[in-house]
Amino acid sequence: MSVEFCGLSLAHPIVNGSGTFDAIAAQRAFGDALHERFPFAAFVSKTITLAPRAGNPPPRLWEAQAGLINSIGLPNKGLHGYIAQDLPELARLRVPLITNVMGSSAEEIAELLRACDRREEIAAVELNVSCPNVRTGLDIGSDPTQLERVVAAVRPATSKPLVVKLTPNCADVGECARAAEAGGADGVSLINTLRATALVPVGSRSGMRGRAVPWLGGGSGGLSGAAIRPVALAQVAAVARRVSIPVVGMGGVQSAAHARQFLDVGARLVAVGTESFRDPSAAARIADELED
Amino acid sequence: MSTNGSPAALDRERTLAPFGRRQLTVSANESLGAYRVLKAADPGGPAPSAGQFAMLAATEHWGAGVDERPYLPRAFSYARWDAGSAHFLLEDVGPGTHRLCELREGDGLWLLGPLGRGFSVPDDGRRALLVGGGVGIAPLAIWQDELGAHAELHSSASTTVLLGFRDRAHAAGAALLEDALLASDDGSIGHHGLVTDLLADELDRDAGVTVYACGPPAMLEAVRALCAAREVPAQLALEAGMACGFGACYGCVVPARAGYLRVCVDGPVVDATELEHVELHAGSPG
Repeated sequence: MSVEFCGLSLAHPIVNGSGTFDAIAAQRAFGDALHERFPFAAFVSKTITLAPRAGNPPPRLWEAQAGLINSIGLPNKGLHGYIAQDLPELARLRVPLITNVMGSSAEEIAELLRACDRREEIAAVELNVSCPNVRTGLDIGSDPTQLERVVAAVRPATSKPLVVKLTPNCADVGECARAAEAGGADGVSLINTLRATALVPVGSRSGMRGRAVPWLGGGSGGLSGAAIRPVALAQVAAVARRVSIPVVGMGGVQSAAHARQFLDVGARLVAVGTESFRDPSAAARIADELED
Repeated sequence: MSTNGSPAALDRERTLAPFGRRQLTVSANESLGAYRVLKAADPGGPAPSAGQFAMLAATEHWGAGVDERPYLPRAFSYARWDAGSAHFLLEDVGPGTHRLCELREGDGLWLLGPLGRGFSVPDDGRRALLVGGGVGIAPLAIWQDELGAHAELHSSASTTVLLGFRDRAHAAGAALLEDALLASDDGSIGHHGLVTDLLADELDRDAGVTVYACGPPAMLEAVRALCAAREVPAQLALEAGMACGFGACYGCVVPARAGYLRVCVDGPVVDATELEHVELHAGSPG
């Protein structure tokens, strides 16, 4: 069930959502067994920023109803740390590498894209636009006009396929997808996590009844997992109707039946995310079942 | 990526896990005071290194409980490895542990593991001193087994075990280990007070030990501070709520001198000197 995506020839349509699988850490836990049954037809890195980020203070996780709220805060080694330390490891994967990057201005993003463009280990770039613009304070991806302007500005910085990871936290995701395409994106991926908050009563551990306060160290976070699948299907369908570039659909995929739903509403690829937390080989099972 | 360094079989701190969760069958779920001991045969699994953990979930009715939880698997230290059977110590404190406590012989259990980095043998000439609190005694039981079975690997002539519990019902868990000195918060058994009171006495008597500790964060912080003040080496088995157990989610971090550590892949056992302090609010989802 091979599939073409932005010029890449992939063995099957299942990839990972950015930030939901760390191939380097998985190698430490599982050794070479990881590669004998590597689940993804292409590997998407976690988000890389220009400067290193420590991530948000813990607690970072909250188990929600059939889902997970996370407030991880995009910890990463920064562009130079990624290229020097992670890229040699990731280049040994037997599948194409898609590097996910995020910046808070067109200049920052262009610098990231130029650095990726020089690396033959990187097959494509995914741009995370769920980041506040330093000048406007708005998430770059939440406003179509701003998104189109930023994508158009950074597009010349790379000749590699450029995929825009759309944010679901916007008024009209179809219009945002259209804007990304008009700016020159080769593909779009969605949905990112839905903005969410977890509250706990003060003193709940001591049995006192108190005012509810945020649990997560970062204040609020993003919801993923089975709970968001119906929302994700609606957004992916809306986007697939609006654009002619390929779409990567994701959100709560737990089985081949779920993956087929995303393909049926117009996705070219399907990403598995939170389900890999429940079982690291889940995506391998889903890809196998899709073949049947 | 190819395997670097020593073969996994020689890496006593980290036994590699098979890739993917596997379905086991529960062979027993026994009451132990306030705890349960869940046992499952694991014919496909390698023997864990002491201090390693597994992610567990029931194969049926995992979800749709209170608040439609649990959803994610739960992390448990191996408490014992007995001829291909994995033992885990459970306390019913939330929707996940509640469901696991309900399992009966014949029920299905998802297991991913063994995961993380375990304990390493004492430095030359030092005895092992094990300090546990509450459900955190679990990894010390398998460590006591390993120290006894591989006496040639260390010079630890005898092992001291100090365990602290809330009350007598919880102190029944001490049966997992041999020859333990007990403390209880309510004085219903053993020393009336903290297990770290016993530790301070022991270290005053003989500081030629390596301390191995697992328990609530406040206890671990007290152990860390006592050992640091006396320059006694200590290995701490940390707990944190985690979604995946294999380094993917970055959710289980604790602050360390070198920045945030992922408890699942950098721990759960860490050298006490890696930490400035033990984070006191490391929450787990129960």
